[in-house]
Amino acid sequence: MSGGSRLRQVLESGAFAVTCEIGPPKGALVNTLREKARLVRDYVHAANVTDCQTAVVHLSSIAAAVHLQSEGVEAVAQMTCRDRNRIAIQSDLLGAYSLGIGNLLCLTGDHQRFGNHPQAKNVFDLDSIQLVDMVRGMQDEGLFQCGEPIRAGAPQFFLGAVANPFADPFEFRVLRLEKKVNAGARFIQTQSVFDLERFRRFMEMVRARGLHHRCYILPGVSPVRSIRAVEYIRDRVPGLTIPDQIVERMRAATDPAREGVEIALELIAGLREIEGVAGVHIMAIAWEQVIPELVQRAGLGSKL
Amino acid sequence: MIVAEQKSFKEIVEYLRGKYDLLIVPCMSCTAVCFAGGVQQGEELASALRIHCKMHGDGLNCTVRPVTRQCDPEFIEELTGEVAQADSILSLACGVGVQFLAERYPDKAVIPALNTSFAGGKTAPGIWEERCSLCGNCVLHVTGGICPITRCAKGLLNGPCGGSEQGRCEIDPNLPCAWQLIINRMNGLGRLEELLAFQCPKDWSTGNAGGLRRLVREDLRLK
Amino acid sequence: MAKQYPLKIIAFTCYNCAYAAADLAGSMRLSYHPAVSIVGIPCTGAVEPAVILNAFEQGIDGVFVAGCLDGECHYKTGNLHARERVRQLRGDLERIGLEPERLEMFQLSAAMGSRFAELVNEFVERIYTLGPSPVRPGLDCGGRKK
Repeated sequence: MSGGSRLRQVLESGAFAVTCEIGPPKGALVNTLREKARLVRDYVHAANVTDCQTAVVHLSSIAAAVHLQSEGVEAVAQMTCRDRNRIAIQSDLLGAYSLGIGNLLCLTGDHQRFGNHPQAKNVFDLDSIQLVDMVRGMQDEGLFQCGEPIRAGAPQFFLGAVANPFADPFEFRVLRLEKKVNAGARFIQTQSVFDLERFRRFMEMVRARGLHHRCYILPGVSPVRSIRAVEYIRDRVPGLTIPDQIVERMRAATDPAREGVEIALELIAGLREIEGVAGVHIMAIAWEQVIPELVQRAGLGSKL
Repeated sequence: MIVAEQKSFKEIVEYLRGKYDLLIVPCMSCTAVCFAGGVQQGEELASALRIHCKMHGDGLNCTVRPVTRQCDPEFIEELTGEVAQADSILSLACGVGVQFLAERYPDKAVIPALNTSFAGGKTAPGIWEERCSLCGNCVLHVTGGICPITRCAKGLLNGPCGGSEQGRCEIDPNLPCAWQLIINRMNGLGRLEELLAFQCPKDWSTGNAGGLRRLVREDLRLK
Repeated sequence: MAKQYPLKIIAFTCYNCAYAAADLAGSMRLSYHPAVSIVGIPCTGAVEPAVILNAFEQGIDGVFVAGCLDGECHYKTGNLHARERVRQLRGDLERIGLEPERLEMFQLSAAMGSRFAELVNEFVERIYTLGPSPVRPGLDCGGRKK
């Protein structure tokens, strides 16, 4: 038995947590993955490793998490419902925990239509909320989903889920977050925040239902380095919008990468002021190199 | 009803290679209603095949003989005479009808002329849409009469995924987000808070994951 | 006019427009090609694809459907349905192996007598250029060669 979560300790201590996202490689070579791990090691409390994000085949999240941890970076393994049924998910989670992974993020998963195997048959045996509930049941009650006891050691993950405050219907987003918290999610990482105003309104509703006392909320921040990246996110990523003001700033910038960092810093500063925000989750898509600078300049300091 | 679509003519011709006496069997139930496998479509297909054969010098004799319901043994029994004259059967029924014909007439080649698409209905003239996944365990009472298993691309039971934008599904902007529809409906009914209730993992064993399904009604069986 | 094969052409014409136009052409003593047999129908929307295919099966060399102008259909949209069916049938003919040009949709008003005569002659000319239908009754397919 292994596992354990420093991320949990950080959040429970009341410190402002920093997590980031690292995409596993589209192949079996892990030197770049390990390089990225070394790059962020002293700047984040934990790093998420995605589970075939956008339904494109990548090295598995659990394997990548093990590589990260061997480089001294605490990993947050991700598990989606798209590719595995409840049997495979439980089995893989036992495996992940046995390999020392202590944090787990549960997601529904992007539809295969977006990926490189659109002909695939999806699974979606469970949805993300059922997945959270199943893992909570394994941990708290020591039961497999079917109700049979786990006799050879139940996992104990620090259990998380995601929220997208920018998808519709807006009013239901908080109810859905509440369902995830009720199901057992202890921390929530959100979709990238570009629209602070909308996120503030979301957090108002979160606080009105007292959810910020029941889970740790880590809004996502994505530094963008070109106007093309901004337009791609605005136009192509479902359930995500970017205010015109940010688009304009990126378009007018002589050094868009610098401007992208400045915008991200402003967003982080804005997010820190919101009651109920427990940390940030930096998703620097294919731009992990910027994470150390971002963390230092945001005054989040190096690792505790 | 079962909604189906005719296979391409080229594909059908390919399957009929080496056949001489063809019995074309339209079905006058679901596939006729969706203009895929009715008498008219059978006649059109027969004409097209005859023209094709006359031009290519193949000898193919096509007879059209519709059946009221190909998923019913009593009706396909009526075909016995015509089937005896044919070496192959082109069925314009859904996959059920094709299989019933194949079971009843095991010494004949039974060829499907249609692709069976889904269980749905007509939403406008010329447009059919899926409504039921035949999961065998209906949840419509909790989702305001809108099926998330069928109409949500991910079959989610606890609310919309993060890809719902302005009421549209992330996988196709032409598709409404099923959960937006459900939320609107439940909101209208003043029952939105009910959607906060956790829907536990579905028992898929009543669906096709459980293998061949069979329904037995003792009160209707011949004793 | 090109060489005179003994062509057979069928025109499915709507009583409310093209059929009356054909009548008018006659009253105006405009001559058009006699290869065309005119079939009057209450609305082009009533012409079933199977009937057109059956004509080709019988070895007819060309078929045209002549209905009302857009917005003039007495049954609102029968002409539009017919036009779409003809469009699809032309695709079908191509897949079967027949020239799609052997099938056409025209839209006319009852007042267009001379236009009707022109269209007929143009269509006949087109079919002459294509030559007789490759589907001749002589090539009958009688099933298994017993």
